[in-house]
Amino acid sequence: MTNRKAAKSTTSLALGPTLFHWDAERWRDFYFRIADEADIETVYLGEVVCAKRRPFILPHIAAVHERLKKAGKDVVLSTLALIMTAEEMDEIKQTTVDADLTFEANDISTASLLAGRRHVIGPFVNAYNGGTINYLAKRGAYRISLPAELSLDTLEALGQTKAVKDVSLEVQVFGRLPLAISARCYHARAHDLHKDGCQFVCGNDPDGLTIETLDDEPFLAINGTQTLSDTYCSLLAELPALKAAGIDSFRLWPHSCDMVQVAALFRSALDDAMAVEEAEARLDEIIGDVPLANGYLHGQEGRLWVEAAAE
Amino acid sequence: MATTGAKAKPETILGDLELICPAGTPAALRAAVDAGAEAVYLGFRDETNARNFPGLNFSPEELADGLEYAHARYCMVFVAINTFPRAGAPEAWHRAIDCAADLGVDAVILADIGILDYAARQHPDLRLHLSVQASASNAEAIRFYHEAFGVRRVVLPRVLTVEDIAELNSQIPVETEVFAFGGMCPMAEGRCLLSSYVTGKSPNITGVCSPASHVRYEERGSEMVSRLGDFTINIFQQSDAAGYPTLCKGRFVADGRASYLFEAPTSLNVLPLLPELMAAGVSALKIEGRQRGRAYTAQVVAAFRAAIDACRRGEPIPEMPQLADVTEGQRETSGAYRRAWR
Repeated sequence: MTNRKAAKSTTSLALGPTLFHWDAERWRDFYFRIADEADIETVYLGEVVCAKRRPFILPHIAAVHERLKKAGKDVVLSTLALIMTAEEMDEIKQTTVDADLTFEANDISTASLLAGRRHVIGPFVNAYNGGTINYLAKRGAYRISLPAELSLDTLEALGQTKAVKDVSLEVQVFGRLPLAISARCYHARAHDLHKDGCQFVCGNDPDGLTIETLDDEPFLAINGTQTLSDTYCSLLAELPALKAAGIDSFRLWPHSCDMVQVAALFRSALDDAMAVEEAEARLDEIIGDVPLANGYLHGQEGRLWVEAAAE
Repeated sequence: MATTGAKAKPETILGDLELICPAGTPAALRAAVDAGAEAVYLGFRDETNARNFPGLNFSPEELADGLEYAHARYCMVFVAINTFPRAGAPEAWHRAIDCAADLGVDAVILADIGILDYAARQHPDLRLHLSVQASASNAEAIRFYHEAFGVRRVVLPRVLTVEDIAELNSQIPVETEVFAFGGMCPMAEGRCLLSSYVTGKSPNITGVCSPASHVRYEERGSEMVSRLGDFTINIFQQSDAAGYPTLCKGRFVADGRASYLFEAPTSLNVLPLLPELMAAGVSALKIEGRQRGRAYTAQVVAAFRAAIDACRRGEPIPEMPQLADVTEGQRETSGAYRRAWR
């Protein structure tokens, strides 16, 4: 890269694709507001979890894309994580032919289609080490959004082993963490329905449906075919360490809380414009009574919350 | 580069359905070979394979002995090196590949792109199979692994129906291997972080899922509670046999109702589907269970050997009541192979 101004912050705040099945108008209005009000560099857009949901957002995606672009956002179109049929694959092939658009591959098939073009590797592709990251970068990935279960030690090692110096590394810093994907729809199962006749019951839960143990403890959350953490990941206190490790993009997962405020908070923390304690207190006010976790980054169980002072 | 391998069985028919069997130990390897496996698969005794359990797996010396035993009896040996290397420390994985290649194994089963790249460059004659952990569920993904690294066979994730598999086989230039019997992941393999979320140990990094080190059973009045990490996975009446608390096989509460939401404690069994899988163009059937003992291995392999041979002769598949003894929770499913499972 030439002429890159080192003085200006090189960190990028990114809004991941909406993982949940929001009503189409709500989805559109959410992104309109992000375009108009949120201090975010990159916005990922598109259905990642279930192919059946995609037709709902399709009528709005061009308008949302244009509004975000006009607002100066870097717009990346996200694609399905689990591709199981030729029809699903064909749809991705047709979408990705447009060379003017930038895509995030969430399956190696899509990464293969995008080879030779600038693209993002999403967190649903297993990029755990330098060998894989360098291979993907050489095929055109300019950013790799890393799996949630990596520790800070691993991220530091990745920063040191990347051979393609320009490749940007992204970490998930806010929201319920995607933990698993299946051919089976758990939302449908929870409602005694089959995936083929699901009635889109996943749309009832804008942040996913919390699953409890038989001892009434919150455990996980389901979102159609996807399983997420019940806790919300928050790496506010870890941002300086992440930056030092060479991470330069920070992904927020959209939730029904005020994401403009969440983004502003992470922006302040990234710019060292707010103390961690204050930022964490403000986050509690925005998201309400939600359990937080940061265990993965500290090399522990992903569900745990490790106080920064304990490090 | 060693070029030794299993001798070709005189009666082997090209494109025939191979029976691929687990070998957690040298004793299980001999049991599988003796019971009629066409190939056994195994791993080294470290974090390079996805069944990194205490007391399991092979040293290089044991692999050399196992190869000699298997090859003398027309049986192939595949080595699974199918976890994702830690950043900055791929040496153990590279060594495992070098060792497997030098000993003359018939194939290595890999998942990580960096490791596939290494194997393809360093050992161009080594036969590469794609592990289920790579989660290649469509033709485009499989073509990528074939064209980039010369992968010759793909172990399909347990997310596809028999119809999906038939369509897939018509579109790809490589062989497919499918799970036939044993443990059943309801999640797409290689894309599941549930275990590390609860225990800090994951299939992708550590090679374990719901590890025994984090399992506890607690008596609570007349009930037995099975726990993984800090969570209750199931509660059993005392009289019941409390099953192992594999995370996704527990009972959980959604909207106030308890159920086996993800999957019941059950075993995959494709015996009734054998003719359909053959017609779908599948090349190999894989028996899960490197963590199971030699008795399990011998019993399951013998049953599938008899069933496949009957199928080849165009005869009906014989009843296999003995398999009920080794199924998890004494229950069976055809899993994702039937669309109704979804």
